[in-house]
Amino acid sequence: MAGLEIPTWDPETALLIGVILFEAFVLYAGYGGLERLVGPYLMDLVVGGDSSAR
Amino acid sequence: MLDSLVGALAGLGVLDTSPEMLALFVGFGLVVGVLFGFFGMGGSFLVTPALLMLDYPAPVAVGSGMAFVFGTAVIATLKHHDLGQVDYKLGVIMITGTTIGIEAGRASVYYLESMGLAGGVISVAYVVLLGGVGAMVTRDALTGDGGGGVDHEAADKDLDEYEIPEIAKTIQRTVRIPPMVTLRGDVRVSAWVITAVAFATGVLSGFLGVGGGFIRMPAMIYAIGVPVPVAVGTDLFEIVFSGGLGSYLYGQGGGVNLGIVAPLLFGSALGARVGSAATAVVDSDEIKVYFGGMLLVGSIAVGIGEVGSYLGNSTLELLGLVLVIGAAVVVAAAVLYTTITSLRVTRRTDSRSTAD
Repeated sequence: MAGLEIPTWDPETALLIGVILFEAFVLYAGYGGLERLVGPYLMDLVVGGDSSAR
Repeated sequence: MLDSLVGALAGLGVLDTSPEMLALFVGFGLVVGVLFGFFGMGGSFLVTPALLMLDYPAPVAVGSGMAFVFGTAVIATLKHHDLGQVDYKLGVIMITGTTIGIEAGRASVYYLESMGLAGGVISVAYVVLLGGVGAMVTRDALTGDGGGGVDHEAADKDLDEYEIPEIAKTIQRTVRIPPMVTLRGDVRVSAWVITAVAFATGVLSGFLGVGGGFIRMPAMIYAIGVPVPVAVGTDLFEIVFSGGLGSYLYGQGGGVNLGIVAPLLFGSALGARVGSAATAVVDSDEIKVYFGGMLLVGSIAVGIGEVGSYLGNSTLELLGLVLVIGAAVVVAAAVLYTTITSLRVTRRTDSRSTAD
């Protein structure tokens, strides 16, 4: 594998990179949705809500 | 259906990783993500050295590090695209130079590997790189220059308010080799300057498996004259393509292990959200000195690990690994602790003023 190379088509490697790309999209959307859903609750839990602040 | 999915995952190397290692990678990814989201760099500084110290072959450590950078860049680019901080024209011009640079770096890794020198040379390069960047960030943090990482105040400015650095103006005036290109923020620069910056940072990426943002971003700002927010977004955009191609080339040689990349990405995507949100609460300049310290400790740790590997002393190798991961954990914990403390103080103050 030493020396400069021109990429050639390799289905297995393409699948590998495709899986990483797919995971990135899923994580972006998934964590984004999760942040909207449980974000405020988690913030209250970690930082302390109004009642505990008083 | 389930059998074919398990078969495909097994073929990609996911099932070769033990549950303990999967947990370690998710946790390490979380820590790395917090640092990347908060400081805007350092996402991959520690991944390749840690993999080398875990006894992965150099092409696997660098290739998997690059694939991790690729995945991280995809996620971060989606966010910066939403904020309108990507100059697609500049990104497309840079892709060619970076890609050729990455390929040159990758070829060097395999060449050194064929001579049995890759692990040692890459570790020494990391000692120099982490030490140099760590010293620079620490010095800037102590003198209050705010250098190293993303300047969040500058990144929040409008492009109209942005002033091109003097050095970039000089380069734009003196290097006028056609074709000249007009970029966002009315920057007019030779395409060759852009390609040279892209190639040089691409070699670094391909050789070390890092995104290279810590060098490419200052180079884009000071050599090309790109506004800070556009430099951040465009850097990430072009890493998606050049890093994707670099990962593909490493993958063809068996250098990308999905059992490493998938859990790292799983943890870092979450960590990056937390780190990015923390920038709204805490001024990164306040704790940048810890980040600089972490890089310096990382440099020493890689050196200790390499000496241990050379002497065949597993205790020293383990110490190096513990120091690399430990330094990252301590700084990420400092970021989270400072953020939570600041939020609690703000909330108490708000509650008191409401009660009054």
